[in-house]
Amino acid sequence: MKIRVDLDLCQGHGVCAEEAPEVFALDEQRSKVVLRDPSPPEAQRARVKAAVRYCPTHALALLED
Amino acid sequence: MTTADVAMGTATGSATQRGGAAPPRVSGGLPWLGHLLELRRQPIELLSRARAECGEVAELRLARLPLVMLYGEEAQEAFFRAPDEQLDQAAAYPFMKPIFGEGVVFDAPPERRKEALRNQSLRDKQMRGHAEVIAAETERMVSRFGAGGEIDLLDFFAELTIYTSSACLIGKPFREELTPEFSRVYHDLERGTDAIAYVNAHLPIPSFRKRDRARRRLVELVTEIMQARARSGESKGDLLDVLMRVRLEDGRPRFSADEITGMFISMMFAGHHTTSGTAAWTLIELLRNPGQMAGVTAELDRLFADGGEVSYHALREIPRLENAIKETLRLHPPLILLLRKVAEDFHYKGWTIAAGKLVGTSPAVSNRIPEYFPDPDRFDPGRYLEGREEDVRHPFGWIPFGAGRHRCVGAAFAMIQLKAIFSVLLRRFELELAQPPASYRNDHSKMVVQLAQPCRVRYRRRAARAGA
Repeated sequence: MKIRVDLDLCQGHGVCAEEAPEVFALDEQRSKVVLRDPSPPEAQRARVKAAVRYCPTHALALLED
Repeated sequence: MTTADVAMGTATGSATQRGGAAPPRVSGGLPWLGHLLELRRQPIELLSRARAECGEVAELRLARLPLVMLYGEEAQEAFFRAPDEQLDQAAAYPFMKPIFGEGVVFDAPPERRKEALRNQSLRDKQMRGHAEVIAAETERMVSRFGAGGEIDLLDFFAELTIYTSSACLIGKPFREELTPEFSRVYHDLERGTDAIAYVNAHLPIPSFRKRDRARRRLVELVTEIMQARARSGESKGDLLDVLMRVRLEDGRPRFSADEITGMFISMMFAGHHTTSGTAAWTLIELLRNPGQMAGVTAELDRLFADGGEVSYHALREIPRLENAIKETLRLHPPLILLLRKVAEDFHYKGWTIAAGKLVGTSPAVSNRIPEYFPDPDRFDPGRYLEGREEDVRHPFGWIPFGAGRHRCVGAAFAMIQLKAIFSVLLRRFELELAQPPASYRNDHSKMVVQLAQPCRVRYRRRAARAGA
């Protein structure tokens, strides 16, 4: 499982960091998402899916390996 | 346009080709005014005709100012991905300046937008409190209702959304200091957005005079509130308090009533007519489609059967209602035209859009392109179900909120607001169109689109039920 972030789209709402805090963090200075783990373990799948789904700007995508 | 330009453009077709062809021009237009009057009369027809005649790139003229329209997912992606230095948003909306006032920008520069998100009201964490406020404000509005009666959708939702946006974005104390006059005067501001502003935003026409009177009156109302607060000396703890306390080195207040009013107008502007109009159209579409209304009402009744709070549920999924709202946004986007001023020549495929022109996309036209949205004129919330997901299939296709770096920062707030409003309204009341279904329409004579009056519906209080 890999994650793609489109930084042109990210506005730093921080929804992903709430949904999957072990995978996403918010860079408060730049107001952009930071990937803490670009290829997270399977156990994180449900949380990552929620983060992708609820991202208000659709800046995240979940790619299969 | 020279033949050399055309040859170069078509020979390479590169997205970054320099010196590409000038965009094809849309027919019609008056000698001096160009398509300006048509834009004020029938904007959606004009913008659809532009696409039908020219395809994905089409040039119109607003008086002396050329406006190049871009249509379709690919062209929209180029538009929304362009950096601010190339496509400037602030310079594209001259009709907003007299409304916000001197020194208040149309949209905060990127750093300020980030700041607004970082510490303030539109963050995910703040949303629960907002949902609570919105539910309470909706209850307050409907507490005026009797057992049955009629309301005007524009008046009702415009007033409600003045209260919700002032309470959530500025603070509850300030909202309590507002009267219905504030909402009425604010409406005159929104009506002062005639596209004639592309010629001159200060022409002595009635809507501009009314706009300027309305702004002066809002400053008076805010001044009165500020004076009352200064007299009482009591701390209210909202944004007005904070702004009033900021001092210059010599001790004088940093912000005048005029500046504070301008800031408040601009904070409330983006979320007001947009949410108000979407609430009204969602209701109209649900009433035009009784099967959908029954589904949404049953969904809400089921959801709230356990006695849960609106502030809890509005933050979570209410799929049928959400899809109905999305479909309403597609068919009746509150902003029909999104604009930028070209600051540096913009190249798309073989075309060059020269600096100084306006460039635009149209949610109203693009969200009805049949290749992307089959049977585009049909109200079909099923488009957003898993498997179809026409809103996210392409990140730059479904654009009621725009896309990219300037995508509406209030989109999530708007969704929660609409879910909270309907969670109250549809569980308390049964509604019914009071006019022929086709008679509800928008007034497009101003850049801020509003529902044309009359737009009345009847309500009847529902029988009390367990958990309702």
